[in-house]
Order: sequence, then structure tokens, then C-alpha cells
Amino acid sequence: MMAVIAMLLQRFVESRVVRVTTLLLLLTAAVALIGPWLSPHSYRAADFDARLLPPAFENFRLFGTDSLGRDLFVRTMSGTRVTLAVALVASLVSLVIGVVYGAVAGYLGGRIDSLMMRLVDALYALPFIFFVILLMVTFERNFLLIFVAIGAINWLDMARIVRGQTLALKEREFVAAARLTGVSTPRIIARHITPNLLGVVVVYLTLTVPQAILIESFLSFLGLGVQEPRTSLGALVENGVAHMEQAPWVLLLPAAMLAFILYCFNFLGDGLRDLIDPREPDE
Amino acid sequence: MQKTGAIRFALFRLLAAVPTLLLVIAIAFTMVRLAPGGPFDDERRLPPEIRDNVERYYHLDEPLPVQFGRYLAGLARGDLGPSYRYRDRDVDELIAATLPATLALGLLAMLLALAVGMPAGIAAALHHGGLRDRLLSGIAISGISLPVFVFAPVLVLFFAVWGGWLPASFSGSSGPARYLLPVVALALPQVAYIMRLMRASMLEVLASDYVRTARAQGLPTRRIVTRHALKPALLPLLSYMGPAIAGVLTGSVVVEQIFGVPGLGRLFVTGAENRDYTLVLGIVIFYAALVIVLNLLVDILYGFLDPRIRQR
Repeated sequence: MMAVIAMLLQRFVESRVVRVTTLLLLLTAAVALIGPWLSPHSYRAADFDARLLPPAFENFRLFGTDSLGRDLFVRTMSGTRVTLAVALVASLVSLVIGVVYGAVAGYLGGRIDSLMMRLVDALYALPFIFFVILLMVTFERNFLLIFVAIGAINWLDMARIVRGQTLALKEREFVAAARLTGVSTPRIIARHITPNLLGVVVVYLTLTVPQAILIESFLSFLGLGVQEPRTSLGALVENGVAHMEQAPWVLLLPAAMLAFILYCFNFLGDGLRDLIDPREPDE
Repeated sequence: MQKTGAIRFALFRLLAAVPTLLLVIAIAFTMVRLAPGGPFDDERRLPPEIRDNVERYYHLDEPLPVQFGRYLAGLARGDLGPSYRYRDRDVDELIAATLPATLALGLLAMLLALAVGMPAGIAAALHHGGLRDRLLSGIAISGISLPVFVFAPVLVLFFAVWGGWLPASFSGSSGPARYLLPVVALALPQVAYIMRLMRASMLEVLASDYVRTARAQGLPTRRIVTRHALKPALLPLLSYMGPAIAGVLTGSVVVEQIFGVPGLGRLFVTGAENRDYTLVLGIVIFYAALVIVLNLLVDILYGFLDPRIRQR
């Protein structure tokens, strides 16, 4: 286990893309955590004398204010927090489901495997986002539900990848040794298969996070996600669209933040995948 | 012999699609019916007898399985039931009225995405590792990273609000120019995915033995690509068409909202805001059926084109 982590860390440092994007993301998270605390303004206090102020250094209005006179810098930072938190938790949910499902299908093999993967194939064909919207409509807009809903969509890719990896792993000697010494099947999956999936899982987790961010901000954009006065980057973009003619920064600054985070995650995921799985044919 | 294999494969896929569709309907239906509170709860307090009448009219007083059976029977006749909000309209009427706009935008966006994404992917593969490849791959990652609801308003800001060249609203104008911004916004992510896929599969084909043989014979690159490499490289793209269609439908929800297109996506969001259960349920089932049927068509086409797949 430790050896795997050490190996991953070493590879981490070797790739420049991975290094730079990791650093940028950590920096973003730090600013989002500390920023609101440094600012004299609150994310929810409306000030009708200070509506749609343009960005300025004066009075710490770095991003200006929104249509209710709320400080946009603090709101963008707290929206970033919410977006990142939702995405991380949702990805962990999908990680758990995907790893368990994929490892069980791959290890058991045979008929159970093909049945389980058929189900995944069938689920792939569904436009899940519409079910999430249905879920958001029928049940009250519950913050927790967003995590679960997004996690429940995103596990399919993870399950496929984990299954493929498990198929290869179960032929290895240490698994055969465990089986011969009478270790039970659940224990083999939990103690011998899963730890060795770590590398691949981490890589695909970095690709799941931006997907989760996209879904969360999509829902919030439609007004079905995070509810006022709390905010997320998607909700901020939605608010910005309504006022972009008089105050383009209300749209552009949160939108830039969202795009920046998604860029970083996508570059990071691509970089990590190239490290682990250099599939591109070299010429 | 080969033909019958493909037909058997097609029949098998067709049979497999039926339970999927039934499952979708059952899940969506139960989700709506299990929701806390009935559809008429948030209205002005209705006197109990009127409320009972309303519920009887919509058959809400029957046990759930009976309601489900009634709904299925209606579906089989193409009847999705009445809308809870637009009292005098049926859900199928509403869908039929809004579908043309969504289909037109979606079709145009798919055509645009293919027309731009395929050549760009081939170009990137042919200049593998070069400046053009890196430039195109950079653009592709932008297309994947920029959500439609960020890209679309920025397009409006630049081309409609500041530039004034194109109309910002679809319903507020006429003529073909109003299609331009929504279609571009819808197509962007698909351009990116198609470009990446095309590049990857082209690279794989270009590295294969028969392409090397063609090269050794001294055929020009252009001819190798068009005559030998293109067809096999297009197969993975075909299997991406299913997810692409689902992606365009998802995008249309946002794009229609931003540009004010009187389409299915906007109807869906309005229904969601109004908590119009039957409408939302009907549209979800319609979307799911559409995606399943289109996926089925893609699968069947794939079965005819690629004999390897039928072995499964």
C-alpha cells in the first residue's frame, strides 16, 4: 500500500502538467477558503446602495457587487467552496459504488460478471441528467440529495475501468496464493484486489471530479441545485446571465472561475492518465 | 449468411431495448408518485370534497399499481396524460408543439460538430506531436472544460450585446441568423469530443500494418487517408453517436433557456419549476425513449458495418 502511494507520488512530481495543475488547484482551494475570511464583506448581506458596482480595489470590492449589492468576490469564493465540496463528495460516492461493483464483477467473473456489466451497458444508454432533474423536482431541493444523485450517475465509468483492472489482477500469483491458503472471497476483494486498484482509481477520480462539477453547476444554473442565499458557481453564472448587459463582470468573473477549475482538473486528469496508461502510439 | 447474422443481432438488440424502456418508465413513474406531497398540495387550501373530485379526475385515488397500469396503457396509445398546470393541454400536445425547434437545433448542431470535428481530428492525427496537433488538442480540451452554460452567455455577450451582429434571442427574431449562436453553443462540446475520438482512432489506424504497407508502396498520404484509413477510423465515432445525441439533448435544456428557444428543453425546465409532475414525467420518458431508440439504431448500424461485433 505504502509502496503504491510512494510510486504514485514520484510519478506525480515527474510530469510538469500534473505538478502545475495540482499546484493551481491547491492554490484555488486555499484562496476560496481564506478569501472570504480576509474580506470585510459577507456573502449574504445585501446592500441596496451598492448594487452592480464594478470591480475595484477600494473597499475590497475585488469582483464588484451583484444585483442585490452583495459582494461578488466573497460570493464567488464561497460558491467555489460549495462547488468543490459537492464535486469531491459526489466523486467519492461514485468511487465507492464503482470500485465495489467493478471489483466484484471482475473477480467473480462468468455469468454474474456478464449480467452485471450488461446492466452497466443498459444504464449507459440512459440520459441520466433528466432523472436527476426529476429527482430534484419531486423531492425538495435537498443539498445532500445532490451529492447522492451526482455520485449515482458517475460510477459507471469507474465500474468499467475497475472491472478491467480486476480481471488482470485476479490472475496474479498473490491472489492465487491467497485463494489457496483459504482466504474468503470478500476478503480477497477487499484486502488484495482493491489496494492494487489505487493507481488507476486515483487517475479516474481526477476525471470524475470535473464531471461532477459540471453536473452540479448545470443543476444550480437551472435553479435546481444549491439554494439561496447559499450559492455555487453554476448559480452565480445563472445570476450573471440576467445582468450581463449592465454588468458583464457579474457573469464573466464566476464563469472564468468555473472554467479555470474545470481546465485544471481536465489537464490534471489527462496528464495522470498519460503517466499510467501511455496508450498513444509513438511514431 | 453474413446478412442473417446482422439481422439476428439487430433483433437481439431490439428485444433488449424493450425491458430497458419499461424499467425507465417504472423508475420515473415511481419517483414521481413517491414524492412527498401531492401535486395539488401547494395550491390554495382546497375544500376536501373538491380535492377528492380533483384527485378522482386524475385517478390519484387508485392504488399505485393500477395507476401505473393505466399510465402504461395510455403510453401504448401515445397518450401521456393531462398536464397538471396547463389545465386544457395534454402532455403529448405540449411535447409535439415544442419538439420541432429542439430537433432542428439538435440536428444542425450534430452536423456542425461532425463537419468541424472530423477534419480537425484527422488533421491533428496527421501532424501528431506537431504544432497543429497541440493547438487543436488545446482547443479540444477547452471544448470539454467550458460548460455550455458558460460558453453560450459569453457568445451572447460578445456577438449580440457588444458586437450587435447576431440576435441574442431566438424567439424575439426571425431568419436563419437566429439559429447561429444556439447551434454553435450546442455543438462546441461535441466538436471537442469528436475531434479527440477521431484523432485517437486515426492514430491507431495509421500505426497499423496495412497502412504501413500502403506507405511502403509510395501512396500519397491523402490517398492513404481517404481510401484506407478513414473507414475503419470512423467506426469508434459511430459508437460515440449515442452519447453524443444524449449530450446534445442535455445541452439543449440550457441553450433553450439562454436563447429563449420555444423547445422541449425549456418546456422541461418550466415544468420542473412549476412542479408539473405529469409534464416532467412525460418529457423524461420521451427523452429516454428517444435516446434508447437512437442508440439502438446506432448499434444495429454498427452490427451491419462491423462483423466482429456480432460475435458477442
